[in-house]
Amino acid sequence: MQLTGAQALIKSLEREGVDTIFGLPGGAILPVYDPILDSSIRHILVRHEQGAGHMAEGYALATGKPGVAMVTSGPGATNIVTPIGNAHMDSTPLVVITGQVATAAIGSDAFQECDITGITMGITKHNFLIQSAHEIPRVVASAFYLATTGRPGPVLIDLPKDISQSTMEWWYPETIEELDLPGYQPEIPLDNDALALAVELISRSERPVLYVGGGTLKSRASAELLVFAERTKMPVVTTLMARGAFPDSHEQHLGMPGMHGMYSAVTALQKSDLLISLGARFDDRVTGQLSSFAADAKIIHVDIDRAEFNKVRRADVAMQTNVAIALRALDEARATPQNLDVWWKEIRTWQERYPLVYDEPSTDGPLRPQHVIEAIARAASPGTIVAAGVGQHQMWASQYWQFEEPGTWVNSGGAGTMGFGVPAAIGAKVGRPDRTVWCIDGDGCFQMTAQELVTARSEGIPIKVAILNNAYLGMVRQWQEMFYEERYSEVYLSADLPDYVKWAEAMGCVGLRAHTLEEMHAVIAQANQINDVPVVIDFRTDSSEKVFPMVASGASNDDIMVHPLLRGGAQ
Amino acid sequence: MSPEPFLGQSDPAPVRHHILSVLVENKAGVLARIAGLFARRGFNIYSLAVAPAEGNARFSRVTIVVDAQSAPLEQIVAQLDKLVNVVEITDLAPQDAVERELLLATLPVDSATRADVLEVAAHTGASIVDVNATSVTVMLAGTPGACDRLERALEVFSDVALQRTGRVALPRLGQTANA
Repeated sequence: MQLTGAQALIKSLEREGVDTIFGLPGGAILPVYDPILDSSIRHILVRHEQGAGHMAEGYALATGKPGVAMVTSGPGATNIVTPIGNAHMDSTPLVVITGQVATAAIGSDAFQECDITGITMGITKHNFLIQSAHEIPRVVASAFYLATTGRPGPVLIDLPKDISQSTMEWWYPETIEELDLPGYQPEIPLDNDALALAVELISRSERPVLYVGGGTLKSRASAELLVFAERTKMPVVTTLMARGAFPDSHEQHLGMPGMHGMYSAVTALQKSDLLISLGARFDDRVTGQLSSFAADAKIIHVDIDRAEFNKVRRADVAMQTNVAIALRALDEARATPQNLDVWWKEIRTWQERYPLVYDEPSTDGPLRPQHVIEAIARAASPGTIVAAGVGQHQMWASQYWQFEEPGTWVNSGGAGTMGFGVPAAIGAKVGRPDRTVWCIDGDGCFQMTAQELVTARSEGIPIKVAILNNAYLGMVRQWQEMFYEERYSEVYLSADLPDYVKWAEAMGCVGLRAHTLEEMHAVIAQANQINDVPVVIDFRTDSSEKVFPMVASGASNDDIMVHPLLRGGAQ
Repeated sequence: MSPEPFLGQSDPAPVRHHILSVLVENKAGVLARIAGLFARRGFNIYSLAVAPAEGNARFSRVTIVVDAQSAPLEQIVAQLDKLVNVVEITDLAPQDAVERELLLATLPVDSATRADVLEVAAHTGASIVDVNATSVTVMLAGTPGACDRLERALEVFSDVALQRTGRVALPRLGQTANA
């Protein structure tokens, strides 16, 4: 069967089980947009290529399947660089297809030419510049294989226009061998010596903590984690990338560690004698000052990527495998710590003394952002997916939302990409149309990517967006207040400009606003009644509200600052 | 990459360089991937040599001399190994490797200096590979130390154009390399 390169690309995507492409056409990718008309794959036409990338990420985070985005060459390609970088930092499986100028024009500074494989070399797991139509099936199959196995990540395929227009005899690789990836071996057998050593370290431990990272979600190891944690009675912390890997309602769960983590989670890591790191990478936002981080702890480091071992913190035992395999092996070996009663007693004291708190909201407003999130959460149906942008609202969402299962928290962790929320929520809703999807956003973030609500409206993707509008770039404002003597530099945005309700309405969404407690409850109820179009709510929140607890940048986790309401007495 | 090329005084007190013999797929951009990785992770390269491997058009061998103090060798190897086009990495400690490097130098000569150049070449084992009325080109294929000695010996001459290849290496026979 003779196909054009463009047809072969779409057929290859169908073979990989792709049901949705997020994209925006242009000159160099034009040939590929023709066979889309005849394909079963749904194409979602975005308003900006960055939106396509974040939608693909949201889709991937909510479903566990790779997200697919397609854009044209030059500015189309550079506009999707931020999502690629974001996916690289968070190990999100993504396949990004970019059009490229014709082979003969490459290197000539042709119209809309850019060296996107060069640009993305450092922020993709791998990338390909296709050289012939014949290799399209192998490259597509390789891209999906690379994106989804081992440590997942974004893979980019750059397709020159002349190749998508040329013809090839259709074929498709049936085996991994046919992919011809001699340097790629994602499956590493479990090292039994490391396992034995890990079991021994656990057996000696009196103050262990399961330090659960995003790799636990990527390895779909939540069930294994629950079994292992319950049998061993170890306390669990879940990083920002792992929220939902272990139920927040579980009594062994201490919550999120790190810069804005729960006091008990941060302190349990600090005081522990054994950290079992499960797909976590000792990020600086978790460790704080490295030299004083968990100073007495031995480290069992489980990761599929051996480059994470000893990169930040020296591991006493390194287990290179996926988290599910490691947990099953540890459980089968009956790895059991010492009696943890004393440890738990200590942890419970911290939990009681330093819970999450915020100031009582006043009836007339401004609203407390934490209270808004709690109110949305209380009114939300079980299994609701929450997406967030980056900043204060993201930290509050992580702190105050109760995550009970994998795939319910969609956020930008490593890269900290403002504007991630709205498009990621759209992608999540496309992947999980059965679920309610809330985007908890900030006013700064919303302004970066809000135009994708036009996409959401026109494609029938009814997400709900809660803007915690404090009129500021709130996290930067918080740092300027705390560390720059309240010298506020370039952080004021205005609560009224833009008018978020009118903007939402102009984009075909329902726009609502709440100043007071009564309005807050009313608009949340109203939003929950609307299931056919996107809803945007402008919640007017207190600008002076800060995220606590907080470990200042570069400070030791021992110097965690709790909310002013909890200060005084022992701190 | 290191701003200073490795002019390795022949016996640097503690050995801090390591030789990585890296088998890669012979594909477009592989060298850029390696160089980019070293640059963005802050690993220093002293020298780098690339050539087709074992007469096989599919693979090339890249010999990289790395500064194992700019980053732990373990981290350099682990990051390099993540490059999909990297097939195999052999870490050669200097004492376990046979290393050779090639040096070419062209010197302007006149009737007064021609004999001096020939004498230096004879003493250092370099050969004369090109010559005309005003210049001589000498070549030495030898250990990095031998190349260093020749380079120093040529310092007395002015306007020398000198080029070294960077070293290539294979495991010393009878030794085991750490893959």
